[in-house]
Amino acid sequence: MIRAFVLALALPILAAGQAMSQEGPLRIEITEGVIEPLPFALPAFVAQSPEARDLAIDIARVVVSDLEGTGLFREIPQSAHIGRISDVAAPVEFSEWRAINAQALIAGAVDLGPGGRVSVGFRLHDVFAGSELGRGVRLEGDQANWRRIAHRAADQIYTRLTGETAYFDSRVAFVAETGPKDARRKQLAIMDYDGANPTALTGDDAIVIAPRFSPNGDRVLFTSYASGYPRIQLMDLRTGAVRVLERQDGTMSFAPRFSPDGRTIVYSLARGGNTDLYAMDIAGGSRRRLTRAPSIETAPSFSPDGAWIVFESDRSGRPQIYIMSASGGEARRISFGRGRYGTPVWSPRGDMVAFTKQERGRFHIGVMRADGSEERLLTASFLDEGPSWSPNGRVIMFTRETQGEKGQAALYSVDLSGRNLRRVATRTGASDPSWSPLRK
Amino acid sequence: MRHAGKFLLLAACAALTACTGANRTGSGAGAGADGQALGSASDPASVAYFQQTLGDRVFFEVDRSTLSGEGRATLDAQAEWLLANAEREAVIEGHTDERGTREYNLALGARRANAVMEHLQSRGVPASRLRMLSYGKERPVAVCSAERCYGLNRRAVTAIGGPEG
Repeated sequence: MIRAFVLALALPILAAGQAMSQEGPLRIEITEGVIEPLPFALPAFVAQSPEARDLAIDIARVVVSDLEGTGLFREIPQSAHIGRISDVAAPVEFSEWRAINAQALIAGAVDLGPGGRVSVGFRLHDVFAGSELGRGVRLEGDQANWRRIAHRAADQIYTRLTGETAYFDSRVAFVAETGPKDARRKQLAIMDYDGANPTALTGDDAIVIAPRFSPNGDRVLFTSYASGYPRIQLMDLRTGAVRVLERQDGTMSFAPRFSPDGRTIVYSLARGGNTDLYAMDIAGGSRRRLTRAPSIETAPSFSPDGAWIVFESDRSGRPQIYIMSASGGEARRISFGRGRYGTPVWSPRGDMVAFTKQERGRFHIGVMRADGSEERLLTASFLDEGPSWSPNGRVIMFTRETQGEKGQAALYSVDLSGRNLRRVATRTGASDPSWSPLRK
Repeated sequence: MRHAGKFLLLAACAALTACTGANRTGSGAGAGADGQALGSASDPASVAYFQQTLGDRVFFEVDRSTLSGEGRATLDAQAEWLLANAEREAVIEGHTDERGTREYNLALGARRANAVMEHLQSRGVPASRLRMLSYGKERPVAVCSAERCYGLNRRAVTAIGGPEG
């Protein structure tokens, strides 16, 4: 039964606007682009020792939060449950879960062993089929990493229910913002995808902007004014070591991104008043000029196969999106709608480009196919910008800034289909999110 | 309320071009004047005179980096001052309003700073005494979300001194 749900999720765009129904109890209603979330039950995780009791509650809470946060699933509160699970290995009384219309049942147990070793076991059941969906899973880790263990459990549940890779065990690099609008202080920070465990990576004495994760999540590129001028820097996240990559006198460098193999960066270099695109070999430092035009060329992003670069240029008179070979040369314009387009970012699946669009005083996050067709705007506000894809290409995180003297930047996420707009919890103002790959 | 007061001051600045913003150049690291004695505005060799009497900034139209007639006149006076005070160096900071992406605005700010730099050089100021950078939309001086503030933020400021002081 749940397999039918998988198909419905895989085709949300095509299915939008249609009402889908099927024989049997599982029913996915898609009307006006709104999916009816799949109801699931997650009875209290069994604590296998008294020490594990609090942890069992916390881990279950994170799993529920991950699943509900997608907008694809809805928890049936425990107060509505008829049955309970006291032994994850025991046979399930499916009638008790059918009675509350739970489509999926997640039964879990948590143990806390000597030395702070956490163990989480869970089983996922298709309630109306009356069978287990996949095999039971056991995840282990240090207690300090209990949230990661919970995210990985949720990742596996998500994957089984949707057929897609997940994104919960991931992080976001961003710029933490404090202070008034005309004296904003910015510092590089990193947190879990859901806003937990925020950590500062730099001080706030120099402006920093737009961190970008490396393809395997071990490094972050960013632009810093620490030298007095904007310069691209590279931080190793394991050691915290920072290296200035571009320091040519009389130039400014910004808008860097990694190539898919993590060895090259592509970025903007401004010399005099003119901004062009360059590529640099990170290890050797050799650079290659990719564009040579009096217009502004910026915000480059590689295709996942490394063959192409999508970027922003105002060569036509206003900012539009172009694609060229990763080695430079002729560029082809792909955005033709009204308004101004910027910050294109290739999706991890390679078929879509997310972008910022400015039209008639409003800003939007949108997506289009890599050939420029099927443009869709997902958001609208006073100022939305800087999209970043989730590792599975299903969700986009971006900066939303409110207007006026007290204007503040915050991070939001939205589903690829434009549903489920959510604010990401941060302690301070926040901007320029970069979503990491799934952690190893 | 402090901000409201600043708006009024800046609005007056815009009208007169010559700005009385003193050391509020609206910049961070580039505010070289912060590290220097401003001196008295009645002393023509002082930084205060440069900022307040000559005017340390010029303004731009939306998306443009073209100097206005008024802007060129301000820069002509700046050039004369720089030629008369040959030991001084200047950093030109380009800025934008908040209506654009961060990346585009950084590039646009560079265009504006460069327009000022080229004009000063055309009036004889040696390139060796001039540096430039862009803050894009990172350092607004006026914080309302309306054209009366945007117009003040679309600016290039000539900061006497430099990031290295």
